[in-house]
Amino acid sequence: MTPSPPAAKLRLATVWLAGCSGCHMSFLDLDEFLFDLAEKVDVVFSPVGTDVKIYPENVDIALVEGAVANVDNLELALQVRQRTGLVISFGDCAVTANVPGLRNLLDAGHDSAKAVLERGYLELADATGQLPFAPGIVPELLPRVLPLHEVIPVDLYLPGCPPSAERIREAITPLLSGERPVQEGSAMLRFG
Amino acid sequence: MSVVTLTVNGQDVAVPAGASLLEATRAAEANVPTLCHLEGLTPVSSCRLCLVEVEGSGKLLPACSTAAAEGMVVHTHTPRLREYRRMTVELFFAEGNHVCAVCVANTHCELQDMAVTVGMDHSRFPYQYPQRPVDATHPQFTLDHNRCILCTRCVRVCDEIEGAHVWDIGSRGGQCHIVAGLDEPWGQVQACTSCGKCVDVCPTGALFRNSDTTAEKQPNTTLPALLRTAREQHRWHNQ
Ligand code: SF4
Ligand code: SF4
Ligand code: SF4
Ligand code: FES
Repeated sequence: MTPSPPAAKLRLATVWLAGCSGCHMSFLDLDEFLFDLAEKVDVVFSPVGTDVKIYPENVDIALVEGAVANVDNLELALQVRQRTGLVISFGDCAVTANVPGLRNLLDAGHDSAKAVLERGYLELADATGQLPFAPGIVPELLPRVLPLHEVIPVDLYLPGCPPSAERIREAITPLLSGERPVQEGSAMLRFG
Repeated sequence: MSVVTLTVNGQDVAVPAGASLLEATRAAEANVPTLCHLEGLTPVSSCRLCLVEVEGSGKLLPACSTAAAEGMVVHTHTPRLREYRRMTVELFFAEGNHVCAVCVANTHCELQDMAVTVGMDHSRFPYQYPQRPVDATHPQFTLDHNRCILCTRCVRVCDEIEGAHVWDIGSRGGQCHIVAGLDEPWGQVQACTSCGKCVDVCPTGALFRNSDTTAEKQPNTTLPALLRTAREQHRWHNQ
């Protein structure tokens, strides 16, 4: 589960599950550090860095934003685990389910998918409201929104909504030389 | 004044007789974490974060409500205690509904701070998503049960300092919750003077002023100690 030695360029992925993309925006806030990063890693999969649609093999490090809320999220999370050395839960949605997880409060958490769809498409709609039905096109919601570590083993947690660019840099920099970051103190750990 | 001497993490300390173990650990600068405890209020030991090991005692003891005794040998940060503290904080997060990003107390919350202190980077316990109400019947304040950790600071400050005794604990176990008056909507409890002390000392975003939105709550936890000193010793903080 440790990244390969720094001789070869590390293969980095960033993944967007059920999140608002704010963690990715924070990643882009790394500004000029992105140039340093580009010298040390190949970005092999990322909604903000590549146009690749299939998660590749032999990824060294993956930053995974977002909770696991639908069948697409679930499938991608399982692929990420299978094909990646070090998986990072990136931001509060991945770490705690956070705001996407609020729908778990509906229907006492049993089938919040049904409850949230009925609320959104029937109760709050005008007279013509109907439940969306597009199998194979719109991914089905899971009954419950889950934090990433309840779906796959996670190697490192980076809380924050979003984690600041500074926090991301402090976490990534040691990984580039095969070290683990020290996840301690308010600068690295605070939720929210 | 008689004095008791004891050992905290190998360091000898002397405290006045009647002092708590917590005061003794502070004399040794041991930084024992506390959440339910608040200077000026009677300790109740509801949060269990201040548990310490005392040699010869078969069980862990809450430092906030245990009296320091002559010759005690106390350990405050053994691996076992650190692990229990982290578990305790994870359980607080898992058993309520805490979404810090959109919370009124974000950046000023003692539970959020405590997660940092104990090194919690995620919860190993699945979140429970309990169904809990929000009482917004008071004209100035709101009680959001989703973020309440049952520390009872509100109960104690209202009873012991304000003398209004608006709050109590209702039910048992997982159903335990704070009740206003005779389990009425807060806004209907005539005993409430709207002093705001409960809001000021609440460690989380459970009690807040209606005018505060995300991350705007500014707690004031020093009031009970100031008022108690003023009343009992006739000393004000500027004297
Ligand atoms: S009360 Fe504290 S821990 Fe709970 S959501 Fe608010 S900021 Fe987070
Ligand atoms: S506002 Fe004051 S009187 Fe009212 S419940 Fe809170 S502490 Fe008690
Ligand atoms: S409302 Fe606040 S002060 Fe009262 S018990 Fe809950 S967390 Fe503690
Ligand atoms: S501070 Fe001692 S039990 Fe809460």
